[in-house]
Amino acid sequence: MSKSSFVRTAMIAPSLPPASERGVIKWLRENLFSGPFNTILTLVAIWAIYTLIKGSVPWLSNSVWNAESLRECRDIVIAQSGEEATGACWAMVRVRWNQFLFGLYEVSEYWRPTTAFALMFVALTPVLYYGLRRPATILVGVVSVLLVLALFGLGTDSGHILMMAAIMAVLTAVAWIAPKRLVIVTILFPLIAFYMLWGGSVWGPVGTFVGFAIFALVWWISQRFVGVVVAAAVGLIAAAIWWGTLQTAFTTALHTAMPIELLYIRSDDFGGFLLAFVIGITAITASLPIGILLALGRQSDMPIVKTLSVGFIEFFRGVPLITVLFAANFMLLYFLPPRTNFDLILRVIIVVIIFASAYIAEVIRGGLAALPRGQYEAADALGLDYWQAQRLIIMPQALKISIPGIVSSFIGLFKDTTLVALVGLMDPLQGVTKVVRSDTAWKGIYWEPYLFVGAIFFLVCFSMSRYSMYLENKLKTDHR
Amino acid sequence: MKKSVLLGALAATTMIAGFASAGTLDDIKARGELICGSNNGLTGFGAPDADGNYQGFDVSLCKAIAAAVFGDQSKVKYVPTTGETRFTALASGEVDVLVRNSTWTFSRDNDLKFDFVAVNYYDGQGFMVKKDLGVSSAKELDGATVCIQTGTTTELNLADFFKTNGIAYTPVTVADDAEAQRQYEAGACDAFTTDASGLASTRAAMADPTAHIILPEIISKEPLGPVVRHGDNNWGDIVRWVHFALVIAEEKGITQANLAEVIAKSEADEAADPEVKRLLGIGDNDMGVMMGLDKMWARNAIAANGNYGEIFEANIGTSTPIGLARGLNALWTQGGLQYAPPVR
Amino acid sequence: MTLASDTPKDSFRLSMLIYDTRYRSYTIQFIVLGLVMLFFMWLVNNTITNLADRGKDIGFGFLWSRAGYDIDQQLIPYTNDSTHFRALLIGLLNTFAVAIAACFLATVIGVTVGILRLSNNWLVARLMTVYVEVFRNVPLLLWIILTYVIFSETRPVPKDYKVTDEMIAAGQAPKATMALWDTVAVTNRSTNLPAPLLDRPLGGFDFLSIPINLSVLATLAVIIGSVWFNRRLLKRAKAIQEATGDRPTTWWKSLLILFVPVILLLTAMGLHWEYPVLKGFNFQGGYSIAHSFTALTIAISLYSASYVAESVRAGILAISKGQSEAAYALGLRPNRTMNLVVLPQALRVIVPPMISQYLNITKNTTLGTAISYLDLKGTLGGITLNQTGRELECMMLMMLIYLVISLMISTVLNVYNTSVKLKER
Repeated sequence: MSKSSFVRTAMIAPSLPPASERGVIKWLRENLFSGPFNTILTLVAIWAIYTLIKGSVPWLSNSVWNAESLRECRDIVIAQSGEEATGACWAMVRVRWNQFLFGLYEVSEYWRPTTAFALMFVALTPVLYYGLRRPATILVGVVSVLLVLALFGLGTDSGHILMMAAIMAVLTAVAWIAPKRLVIVTILFPLIAFYMLWGGSVWGPVGTFVGFAIFALVWWISQRFVGVVVAAAVGLIAAAIWWGTLQTAFTTALHTAMPIELLYIRSDDFGGFLLAFVIGITAITASLPIGILLALGRQSDMPIVKTLSVGFIEFFRGVPLITVLFAANFMLLYFLPPRTNFDLILRVIIVVIIFASAYIAEVIRGGLAALPRGQYEAADALGLDYWQAQRLIIMPQALKISIPGIVSSFIGLFKDTTLVALVGLMDPLQGVTKVVRSDTAWKGIYWEPYLFVGAIFFLVCFSMSRYSMYLENKLKTDHR
Repeated sequence: MKKSVLLGALAATTMIAGFASAGTLDDIKARGELICGSNNGLTGFGAPDADGNYQGFDVSLCKAIAAAVFGDQSKVKYVPTTGETRFTALASGEVDVLVRNSTWTFSRDNDLKFDFVAVNYYDGQGFMVKKDLGVSSAKELDGATVCIQTGTTTELNLADFFKTNGIAYTPVTVADDAEAQRQYEAGACDAFTTDASGLASTRAAMADPTAHIILPEIISKEPLGPVVRHGDNNWGDIVRWVHFALVIAEEKGITQANLAEVIAKSEADEAADPEVKRLLGIGDNDMGVMMGLDKMWARNAIAANGNYGEIFEANIGTSTPIGLARGLNALWTQGGLQYAPPVR
Repeated sequence: MTLASDTPKDSFRLSMLIYDTRYRSYTIQFIVLGLVMLFFMWLVNNTITNLADRGKDIGFGFLWSRAGYDIDQQLIPYTNDSTHFRALLIGLLNTFAVAIAACFLATVIGVTVGILRLSNNWLVARLMTVYVEVFRNVPLLLWIILTYVIFSETRPVPKDYKVTDEMIAAGQAPKATMALWDTVAVTNRSTNLPAPLLDRPLGGFDFLSIPINLSVLATLAVIIGSVWFNRRLLKRAKAIQEATGDRPTTWWKSLLILFVPVILLLTAMGLHWEYPVLKGFNFQGGYSIAHSFTALTIAISLYSASYVAESVRAGILAISKGQSEAAYALGLRPNRTMNLVVLPQALRVIVPPMISQYLNITKNTTLGTAISYLDLKGTLGGITLNQTGRELECMMLMMLIYLVISLMISTVLNVYNTSVKLKER
């Protein structure tokens, strides 16, 4: 049947879209050159990237990693790439990396802050994955492996490496068998970290811990008779009596009986990122409870408590951190009894805690304000008293809402630890850099230390902010 | 909640040094170490090295004091201070002695209530400029931009100098020595002014020291020395006499190397220099007790880092990159100003 | 606390102070107040003892003695013979100068970046994300120092601008030339701009030792007057348009009203420009803006702009998509949709974090101390404190001043918040 047909019987293959509507060109046209304005923007962006690359790539590609002084570095660069060439001198970082990380901390004791840092993640595990076996074990396991590798890298003696590997193995096992038990590490972590970092006799922290035990015991017994608040006060007094009078005798006696100690490290030897982490982490953990109390105080019905909280919060939010730091340096010793004397680092930590708690208080107040009124009313309807309502209903929700705010406060605080250099502490950005530049070998070096320190800060802060965003999404239960 | 209270209490119970007794010396002995306010960023005078050990001319004096008090020069804790924080640190009792090239002035002595017990370096404020600027006198600096370190006497001297000479300038204040050097090298300021010793140390570290000249004008007197608080004369005396002991040692030719030899010789020889005997506590000479120290104080101080001249040469002398000549800091017998009263 | 007000009156027992919710809050407040007062008394007592120990007193008399030091950047006249109080004023004005400039720049950059981040241009959106993340996650102090270093290391020294006779003879060009038709020179020390000069100025007077320049005031008055007249003109044109449908041509009238009076006034006063000229070591004449100011402003602006950009983006994203879709359905073009529909609603979300960012900027100006910018922290809390040794007084005064500034900004924030608050339910 051969007849012409009016309708095509065989489909012709579909032809490709016009060149401008497919593939790379389409993508380019839609995403980069969709109009005159966008084209201009794209060109400007390309130009900006080009200048940046043109400025930095030769400098980076001429990097020198092995040299003993800045002059040697420059000579190597000139020998390699000609008279006019410039190159980065990362050799400085290679020679002085330990001061950037640990300041003047005793070299043989580097394993201690490293371990404390690793233990921090173990302590955080129950907070992040309470009772979840798999993620907890993975986290602790990975931290253990990294710790052992880091200790090898730091040249720690094998005894300590073995000890730490054993401890971490036990912790990993605990995470697998009874993940909830890791809470013990969380509770004890401040004491452990404090002892690991400063060292000295082991009985000092133990004595302090006994004080807390006394506090808890007295509180537990007396709260049934006098209520939560008064019981806390009674417990505090009991603990204060212990700390003030009995503890010294107790620790000295134990120390003479069983002298177990680590090398004592002075606060002044702390520096670099170790200092930044110590200040940042202590301040944020300590400011959390104070901030909660302040936020509750600000929401309170009691006018005096409210006024005091508002005054405190507004004062510390109103003045720049630098002035507070200088106050710690210049004024704090005037306010304390004559001839009291303690470390600048400790003074700085105290004022940073006070400063941060004002900010945390505002973050938590935001969380409290976001709770619907019905939650408070429901708590009242159930007949819960104030503290029960806070503990069981209000705070768990308010804190959850405030987590992103708390994390961003922490990021801000961590970045602000660079300011302590202005009162003479050895922060990584200015303090250590100054020490390095006062060495005749490295006088006149400026880009490299700043870029190095900036890169580390970026890594830490960026990963934290990403994590907080992840957490925010995960915790979002309202599906708005 | 537990965590933080914990840390606070830990801090409170384990780190506050006590409410101590009457005198600085007793405090130091009770504490077991001397706390020395130091510079941590001035090459040659005070700065930690790659291993984190403090080194320098001023630091050596701290070590000598510690050696005199404890017999052990390592019993010093260095508290890094900035130009701005140093005097508060001393006034508040945070440090026992401040050895941080601080200039002895009337107002610091009387208004800030300090005692400058000795002068370990006679200095003066000078200017450094690049050679190709074509300037040969500070008076030609009309309209120039000048870098100065803040928190020092140099700010006031500079203002006075330009004012009395009726010329104008733009001040650029910088926080520390390294930053001043960076700005000066980059050409952000025409001249860099600080104590002449600091200028020499900066110049020595430059890529091409011959391209820079230090102008002849010295516009101020800058006697630098250790500072203690008003009111504790015994402690002031100790610091003062440790410095003098080092000067006398140089005068008498006692060095770190020949110390043992000198002691042996003086012990054996009845007719040996009686002042050396008194200084080194040989025989029944026990001058240290008058200050509350033992009789070995001067021996220990000298044994720590050598005499004044040795300390000078080792840290900032002509054989070091800093390359300072003794100049005013030579002994009085050699035309300088370093003169120690007799030990008698 | 909900109280049953009609409970039968019991006889008062002492234990009710603890157990009865009606009285317990009084007890707690009383105790808290007592403790706080005790604490403050303890502080004051310690301070007095410590001051007595050190033979010091508290007094602000030092503010009136001679300062003795020089300041490189001053908005009102100051010499080293001026008082410490004057130095304080200079510092305060310098703080304001940076704060205002940085707030303005941060807003401009932040809003632009925030909008560009949502652009459908792939490259630009990515670039802006990188910018925001990099600036937010690195300490501000680093940016300040780096910007300052970049200025002083990459810009030519003033000497490079020099043209000598030999160079002209040899046909050589100087290493660096001034920008914008030889009017602006950016050296590695300062930015030199031409300054307006008047042949016949109107004079001025001192008000509270701050010089007031009548010429500037007059110019400002004329400009404000012109703008006001222009707005009246446009209003009338709009009224006519609404009444008749025809809009009278106004553009040339606007131009006349806006520019002629100012030009007339300035010509009458004899305006001419003084250009910076290389003389001796530095450029002389014109305005010279030190790089400590420029670097601090730029660094703070770029850093804060990344936060502003985030709040702008969040604000825009908070407006539901239906709004812009509705606007498109009405036939509005994208930029008009943005200007007329999205932004006005987004502003309610954007402005509060923006104002608190202004607060942060003001507080962050204190970081200028790292590059020796002499703001309030540099003069009162730096050199004055150092030279006089009056730590307590200087620190208290400085904190008080910053507190007052912050409280003023927060007041503005609160006023705005109440004014835009949605009247709900």
